[in-house]
Amino acid sequence: MGQGIAQILVYAAVLIALSYPLGIWMARVYTREQSDVIERGFLRLLGRDAAADQNWKQYGRSVIVFSIAFSVFLFGLLRLQGHLFLNPDHLPAVPWTVALNTTASFVTNTNWQYYAGEATMSYLSQMAGLAVQQFVSAGVGLAVVAAVIRGIARRGGGVGLGNFWRDLYRSIVYILLPLSVVLAVVLIWQGVPQTFHGHVTATTLQGAHQTIARGPVASMISIKQLGTNGGGYYDSNSAVPFENPTPVSNFLEVLAILLIPFAQLVMFGRMVLARRHAWVLYAVCFTIFAIGVSIAFPAEQHGSAVLRNSGVNITNSASQSGGNMTDKEVRFGIANTALWATATTDVSNGSVSGGHDAFTPAGGAVPLVDMFLGEVEPGGVGSGLYGLIFYILIAVFVAGLMVGRTPEWLGKKIEAREMKLAAVGALFVPTMVLVMTAVAIATPAGLASIFNPGAHGFSETLYAYTSQSNNNGSAFAGYAATTFSTTFGTVALYFGRFFPLLAGLAIGGSLAAKKVVPASAGTFRTDGATFGILLLGVIALTAGLMILPALTLGPIVEGLMN
Amino acid sequence: MLRALLASVIGIVAFTVVLGFGYPALMTGFAQVALPHQANGSLVERGNKVVGSSLAAQDFSFPGYFHERPSATSPAYNPAFTTFSNLGPTNPALAQLVHANAKAVLKLEGPYNPGLTIHDIPVDAVVPSGSGIDPEISIAYANLQAHRVAAVRHLPLATVQSLIKENTAGRSLDFLGEQGVNVLELNLAIDQQGGK
Repeated sequence: MGQGIAQILVYAAVLIALSYPLGIWMARVYTREQSDVIERGFLRLLGRDAAADQNWKQYGRSVIVFSIAFSVFLFGLLRLQGHLFLNPDHLPAVPWTVALNTTASFVTNTNWQYYAGEATMSYLSQMAGLAVQQFVSAGVGLAVVAAVIRGIARRGGGVGLGNFWRDLYRSIVYILLPLSVVLAVVLIWQGVPQTFHGHVTATTLQGAHQTIARGPVASMISIKQLGTNGGGYYDSNSAVPFENPTPVSNFLEVLAILLIPFAQLVMFGRMVLARRHAWVLYAVCFTIFAIGVSIAFPAEQHGSAVLRNSGVNITNSASQSGGNMTDKEVRFGIANTALWATATTDVSNGSVSGGHDAFTPAGGAVPLVDMFLGEVEPGGVGSGLYGLIFYILIAVFVAGLMVGRTPEWLGKKIEAREMKLAAVGALFVPTMVLVMTAVAIATPAGLASIFNPGAHGFSETLYAYTSQSNNNGSAFAGYAATTFSTTFGTVALYFGRFFPLLAGLAIGGSLAAKKVVPASAGTFRTDGATFGILLLGVIALTAGLMILPALTLGPIVEGLMN
Repeated sequence: MLRALLASVIGIVAFTVVLGFGYPALMTGFAQVALPHQANGSLVERGNKVVGSSLAAQDFSFPGYFHERPSATSPAYNPAFTTFSNLGPTNPALAQLVHANAKAVLKLEGPYNPGLTIHDIPVDAVVPSGSGIDPEISIAYANLQAHRVAAVRHLPLATVQSLIKENTAGRSLDFLGEQGVNVLELNLAIDQQGGK
C-alpha cells in the first residue's frame, strides 16, 4: 500500500503546483480589458450589441437560449447520423429516447451515457456533436463562474456581470482548447488512437476474427477530462486501454479532472481580492478530497467479503496489486482507481477508470456522497464554483446568527434575498434527487432498470439520479436504459444544471448592486481556520444529513452484509 | 430573445466548425504523420497480417498460450463493444463467477503446479477486468501459467520465465501504476520460440 499512498501524495503535490499558475492565468483571462482580433470578429459576427455588458438576467437568458438551441442541433445530429458523412461503420440513427437523454447529458456538462459510444455513435456524432459540447458546456460553466465572481467583486456602480459571449470565447480559446491540444498530443503518444479509418478486423493468434473499434479518440478524451465532462469514446470509459493506455496517461487524465476546478479557486481569490479566503476554500475542498481517498483506497484494497471468503489471493504484493480487482484494470490497480473515483466525483467530471458498480460498499459510497454534496470539492468546470458559494453564504449566515450581526461576505451584506437564493441553490438538487429516487424505487418502470439484487440495487438507483442531477455522469453502470429511466433522467439533467446556475447568477447580480461595507472589529473573519471548519460543518449538516437516511438503505445495509 | 437566438445559431456553427472539425482534423493530421502506430490503434502485425492490438486482450484458450483475465464483454474480449461486469460486491452471481473461474484455473493449472490450491490463484485471474479487454495480467498470474506453457511447448521453464520478464511493463517512470504482463506480446514471443 505504501507505493499506492506515495503515488497519491505525488499526485496531490503536482495538482497544487499546477493549479496555482493556471489560476493566475485564468484570472487574467477574465479580467483583461482588451480583446484579441478574433474575439472582436467573433462578437461582431454574433450581431449588434452582442458584446454589451449584461446584467444577471440578460446573461442567464443568453446561457439558456444558447443551450436550448444547441440541444436542438445535437438531437438532430444524433437522429440523422445514419444519413450523414464520417460514418465509416454505417451506424444507424440513435434511438430517440437515448438521443434525448444524451443531448441533455452533454449540453449540461454531465455526460451520463445510456449508450456504448464505440457501437452507437458515428465519428461525426462523436467529434462534431458530443466533443463540441464537451468544450462548450464546460466553457459555459466557466463563463458563468466568471460572471458570478465579477458580481461579488464589483465595488459600487452598475449591475453588469460581463458578457456571456466574450466569456465563453475566452474560456474555450484561452483555457480549454490549448490545454486540450497539449493533453491530446501526449495521449496519442501514449497510445490513444486518432484516426478517421474505420474499425479494423484482426485475425488473432488462434485464428479467430476480432473487430477493433477506433476513431478520433484522443481529441475527445483530452477535453472530456479537462472540461469535467467524463463522456468517453468507449463504453467502459477510461478503463479501456484505447482511452487510457498507460499509467502515464492515467496520471495526466486524473490530473486533468481536478486541475481547472482547483485553479478556479485561485482565480476566485485573485478576482475578489481575497487570496487568504480563497486558500481557506482550497484547503476545505482539499480536505474533503483527502477524506474521500483515504476511505476509498483502503476499502477497495481490503476487498469484498465475496472475494475474501472465496479463498483466492487478494493480498497486495510485488507480483500483484490484489484487493477488489473486479472491473478494474491491472495497469492501474487499486490505488489509482480509488483516486480516480474520488477525484471524478469531487467535481462534476464523471469519467471512470474502473467500474463503480463493482466497488465495495464503502468504496462505492465515497463517490455517491461526494456527488450528493453537490460536487463542491471544489466544483466542476461546468457546474462551477457557485455550488460552493451557496454553502459559503449559509456558513456566513450561521456565523452571523451566532454573533448577532448582519452577515457579511467579502465586504457585502448578505440579506434575505441572497439567503433565499443560496438555500434554494443548495437544497434544490438534493431534494430532487431524493424525490426522483423514491419514485424510481416505488414504480415497476423504475425498478426495471436495476441490475444487482438487494440493497445494491437501491444504491444503483440512488447513484443514477444523484449523478444525473448533479451533472456528474459516472454511474453504477448496471442501471439500464429504459424509456422511463432515460426520460426521467433527462428531467434531472436539465433541472440540475439550470436551477443552481440561475440561482448562482442571481446571487452574483444581487451582490453586484450592493455597496461595500468596510470591515469592522465585529466582522466575522472568513480567511482563517475557524471559517474553514465552519464551512466543512455546514456542508456536512445540509447535504450530508440529507443523504444519510438514503445511505442506510443502500451502502450501509450492504456494508453490514459485507 | 430573437437576437439571442440568432447569436446562438451563429455561435453553434462557429464552434462546431472550429472545435468539431478543425481541432480533431488538426490532431489527426499530426497523429498520422508523427505517431502513426499509436494513432491507428497500436496494431500488431505478424507476417503482414494484423493479429490484434497490443492494447486489447484477445481470446486465448489453447494450453500452449498464456490466458487473459476474464471478460464481461459479448463475445469475450470484444474491443468493438467494451463493458464492465457491473457485478456488485454482495451479488451472489459474483460469488458464483469467482467460484467457477477459480475451479477452472485449478483444473487447468493444477496438473502443472503440484500442490496448487485456491489460495495460490491471484484475484485478477478470477474477476472480470474493467474494459473487458485488459491486455495485461498480473505477474503472479503469469508465473502461475508459466509451468503449463513450458510443459505444453516443451520449453525450459527458465526460458518462459525470462520471456515473462521481457514482456512485463514496469511502473511508468519506475513509479506510476502497477506492473503487468502483456499477454498478446508474451504469446507472440512464445510462438517465436516454437515448440507448439
